[in-house]
Amino acid sequence: MITTVVKVNLPVNEALEIKKMRLEPKQKTGGKRISIVTGIHGDELEGQYVCYKLSDYIQKNIDFLRGTVDIYPALNPFGMDSITRGIPAFDLDMNRIFPGNSDGDMNEYLASQIIQDVAGSALVLDIHASNIFLTEVPQIRINELHEKMLLPYAREANVDFIWVHGASTVLESTFAHSLNVAGTPTLVVEMGVGMRITKEYGDQLFKGIIHLMHQMGIWDGEDPDVKKPEQSSDHKDVCFLNAPSSGIFLKDTVHGTFLKKNDRIGAILDPLSGTVRNEIKSPVDGWLFTIREYPVVNEGSLIGRILYD
Amino acid sequence: MTEKTLLELKALYRDDFRVTGFSFGQGEKAACIVGSMRGNENQQMYCCSQLVRKLRELEEKGRIKPGKEILVIPCVNPYSMNIKKRFWSIDNTDINRMFPGYQEGETTQRIAGGLFEEIKDYTYGLQFASFYMPGRFVPHIRVMKTGFEDVELAKKFGFPYVILHTPRPFDTTTLNYNWQIWATKAFSIYTTTTEEIDRTSARWAVESVLGFLQRMGILEYGGSAGYVSKVASTEDMITVRNRTAGFFEGKVSAGEHVRKGQILAGIVDCCNGQIVDEIDSPTEGTLLFAHAEAKAYQNTAVYKIIPETEEW
Repeated sequence: MITTVVKVNLPVNEALEIKKMRLEPKQKTGGKRISIVTGIHGDELEGQYVCYKLSDYIQKNIDFLRGTVDIYPALNPFGMDSITRGIPAFDLDMNRIFPGNSDGDMNEYLASQIIQDVAGSALVLDIHASNIFLTEVPQIRINELHEKMLLPYAREANVDFIWVHGASTVLESTFAHSLNVAGTPTLVVEMGVGMRITKEYGDQLFKGIIHLMHQMGIWDGEDPDVKKPEQSSDHKDVCFLNAPSSGIFLKDTVHGTFLKKNDRIGAILDPLSGTVRNEIKSPVDGWLFTIREYPVVNEGSLIGRILYD
Repeated sequence: MTEKTLLELKALYRDDFRVTGFSFGQGEKAACIVGSMRGNENQQMYCCSQLVRKLRELEEKGRIKPGKEILVIPCVNPYSMNIKKRFWSIDNTDINRMFPGYQEGETTQRIAGGLFEEIKDYTYGLQFASFYMPGRFVPHIRVMKTGFEDVELAKKFGFPYVILHTPRPFDTTTLNYNWQIWATKAFSIYTTTTEEIDRTSARWAVESVLGFLQRMGILEYGGSAGYVSKVASTEDMITVRNRTAGFFEGKVSAGEHVRKGQILAGIVDCCNGQIVDEIDSPTEGTLLFAHAEAKAYQNTAVYKIIPETEEW
């Protein structure tokens, strides 16, 4: 059943509605609830396919459902519709306004109503797609403050990598942090690249979600096999590669590649002079789990991330 | 006056990215004044440009106190100013959410880090700041409550109001917050506008800054004493919101004193022109902020009122 989570009237002949699909067993059993959330950033589309596939699969196999599945495909419908990462008209990152405020402005109000609706789920997956600049292997990112609560779920989600990162005050206003501090376990999934859908990754995560549902007693159908993820338990395990100069970055390798020190990753080119400004080589032995997709770089732009071997 | 390049990045097709500072006097790092950090902060840059003009004249007259140096940085982000984009040209990140910065990090982290290295040791740090919501302010000084704030010092600008602000998580990466953490006495100066230049409030702000520098023993200046500032915190302020979206017809302006129950604005249906909402004041007080855009979304903070009784 499709329902409206929150609705506000806009100035000119339109209402902004955030909707969800609720899937329940034919005979309500009072089982657990899992929530699949995506589209906080309007340029991240990887979660769209996951939402579609999950909804389609469960509806076709509804007899195996033992709990509730809530699917929120577009928390930022304006952004999705206008290819805008943030909230259009406000130039605001929606993932910096949680938990919101029911007495606040329109966006704070929307955020508060979303949190109110999702809170209490047994598990939430917040699916992101990096951004338009970077491609990521399917991974789950966990704030070290919530490692104990989230790690058992993350290990079963069929991702390639779990990154436990340091706490940051700025991240306290994210959707996931707001729910995690309130006791609703929320996993942040990053995979693929902005403005595109990587079907292979969507299929991988779909299996992970079905497996998690099975583990949690929400799903009684087929239980897919899942992979054992790489894991970084210390943020010092990750090496960041930043562009040493501005130019056009042309990659020679793909994300997910194991690199030896000095293996070439790509080059920064100067098309005007027809020269190579910098060759980009791996400074360490390790696994390239992020690589830059968008070719234009400024000095300092992130080019890749490597998990130390 | 010494003009110096504080920070430089090489681009691919654009001219080099340069942050330029104007230094007056020589000696201890007494005061640093920062202007626009975002591409639409014309008023903030304009205020700094006027400060550069005035300080140059004062220096030529020998009015900068010996052993004191003042640095003015009118614009931290010329790339965004020149393409009329509020945030960073490629990735839309906000330099004022990157402090204290990281010189080995991403581009805007490097800019924040490089800048902070240049300005972190000044005794006084003043930033011409802007608000993310479209509207007009009563000029005021804003001080973040970090535990290191100095409210008595903030009063010495002679602005009508000093506003104390409790930082939210994302405020911890602003210049003002980090200046305070690094022991600089930091103040944000809000004039009336952001994109539009308001010469009256700019002149007022320049006079206030020069008066402050005079009171701190950094220069000789014969400006006016200004107001005896009232102190209010953001928690004290009453936010007035419209219940309905539509065209916004404001009837009062920032700085006006309003009575409880007074009609402040009307909301007009965008299609049929009917008044669909009237916004009245929940309290007596002074309007610190007034919405200034043609339309208003539902529940927009269209006014912020400092509750107070008129005393004359």
